Amino acid sequence: MTDTAPAVALAGLTKTFGPVTAVDELSLRINPGEVVAFLGPNGAGKTTTVDMLLGLARPDAGTVRLFGGTPADAVRLGRVAAVMQTGGLLKDLTVAETVRMTAHFYGHTRPATEVLERAGIAELADRPVGKCSGGQQQRLRFALALLPDPDLMVLDEPTTGMDVEGRRDFWQAIRADARSGRTVLFATHYLDEADAYADRIVLLRQGRIVADGTTAEIKNLAAGRVVRATLPGADQAALAALPGVRSVEVRGDAVLVHSEDSDVVARHLLTRTAARDLEITSRNLEDAFLALTATADATATADAGDRSPR
Amino acid sequence: MTVTASPTATATTRDRRPPALGGFSTVVLGIEIRRVLRNRRTLLFILVMPAVFFLLFGLPQRGQTLDNGLPVTGWIMISLAVYAAMVATTSAGGAVATERALGWSRQLRLTPLHPAAYVATKIATAMVLGLLGVLVEFAVGAAAGVRLPAHVWLESGLTAWLGSLVFAALGLFVGYLAPAENVMQFMGPALAILAMLGGLFVPLALLPDVMQQIAKFTPVYGVGQLARAPLTGTGVDWAAVGNVAAWAAFFGLGAARLFRRDTTRV
Repeated sequence: MTDTAPAVALAGLTKTFGPVTAVDELSLRINPGEVVAFLGPNGAGKTTTVDMLLGLARPDAGTVRLFGGTPADAVRLGRVAAVMQTGGLLKDLTVAETVRMTAHFYGHTRPATEVLERAGIAELADRPVGKCSGGQQQRLRFALALLPDPDLMVLDEPTTGMDVEGRRDFWQAIRADARSGRTVLFATHYLDEADAYADRIVLLRQGRIVADGTTAEIKNLAAGRVVRATLPGADQAALAALPGVRSVEVRGDAVLVHSEDSDVVARHLLTRTAARDLEITSRNLEDAFLALTATADATATADAGDRSPR
Repeated sequence: MTVTASPTATATTRDRRPPALGGFSTVVLGIEIRRVLRNRRTLLFILVMPAVFFLLFGLPQRGQTLDNGLPVTGWIMISLAVYAAMVATTSAGGAVATERALGWSRQLRLTPLHPAAYVATKIATAMVLGLLGVLVEFAVGAAAGVRLPAHVWLESGLTAWLGSLVFAALGLFVGYLAPAENVMQFMGPALAILAMLGGLFVPLALLPDVMQQIAKFTPVYGVGQLARAPLTGTGVDWAAVGNVAAWAAFFGLGAARLFRRDTTRV
């Protein structure tokens, strides 16, 4: 039965901290072999979800199943391993000692030299952990996670605080590993990471999933352009009614129209209204991300299009 | 239902088994011990300081004898061996505070290592260090001319060592209680006071009467008395045994309780 079970099955997962609902009835299914990014701003509930998924935090409601079993079962059998954000290393051990020690906590592991190699830190084996850079320590955490050759690898914002080079090296190591069939779930607030490394992006906001699709589908949310103009007292309803318009936003005297057909909007604004200072910019993934993850009350937004796909 | 041999099935039927003994291993123990021995400050406190104390306070008493004719330096050496062992085991047990503060304990929860195996490793590390403390103190004593009957070396040494198990429990207790990264900074002075009250630095008879009465109920007193019993020839002091048993139970149960709270806090 477990062999056909999804790698991850979250159902109605809820966690509150006092008055704050960090994770709000979140349900998610990840099949074996998927590479999924948990994308969201800080405070979206990514880490809390990851903690519950790994059995480090107990959900207030809902269930977590990994390969049909509990997180504890998966941990005990070495089916799941994780790279957490910070901490979790003994500074007075060397890199090799850390790997050797951790290897003995498992029933069966890959050879220490192999995981060091795969994480790209073989040459650092004798260095004390405390003398390793943040990026090197993160690759050590990755090496430790590779030890049990897990079926599911969870990475919680693995590149936070790394410089560009460190991030690139780290992801190179992850990519080089890419054992076929390994399920990977990583949380990040870097769009480019989600874009470059995930097959599927799950967008989180305030503990809920606001979008879930392939990278292409998520990018599609960003399709179209934004027409910006200065137009006091803009008629939002009229603008929203134009063909192709997805949303209309008013910021003071400025109006921002997101549309699949910017020409129509521009022509309308310039010929039928008193609009001036007109600008047309293309929307990128970042805009989609911001639009989907911004808190609802942050700006006065008149929604014309459907902002919650599927 | 029947499971067909799908690619996923092959992937998941690879060698998946939990570790033997909950993940306890002598390799890990070896790394742990090496780790502690690399820490110069720890070595200073558990090996060098008690030895220096002996040279400073023991040697001037050379030539003096107890009522039974055995040397006073033996009395001081055994007391300081108890001190060395207790500092060693407390600091090794207290290391869990550092590892909790560093997030290592959390990391361990993502491995199959059983929490009991983790604590067993810590206790074993503590006891190896405690033994080292006793041996170094005895070696310094012997080199400085302390001559005792063989059974006294053996019995006192074993008692000092095994008695330090109480302090391994104390270390774990404090380690699970304190959120601080460096527990030993305040445990060091606290241990010195306890050692004083336990009669390890000066004979209790030299303290004021009230202090003597209080001292008998402090955690070091019992171990000190029992460790010196083979030397003084006073036989088994049941009050001292009671003292050791009570404190062992207190620290042991306290540590176990906090440990359980720590591992079930999810």
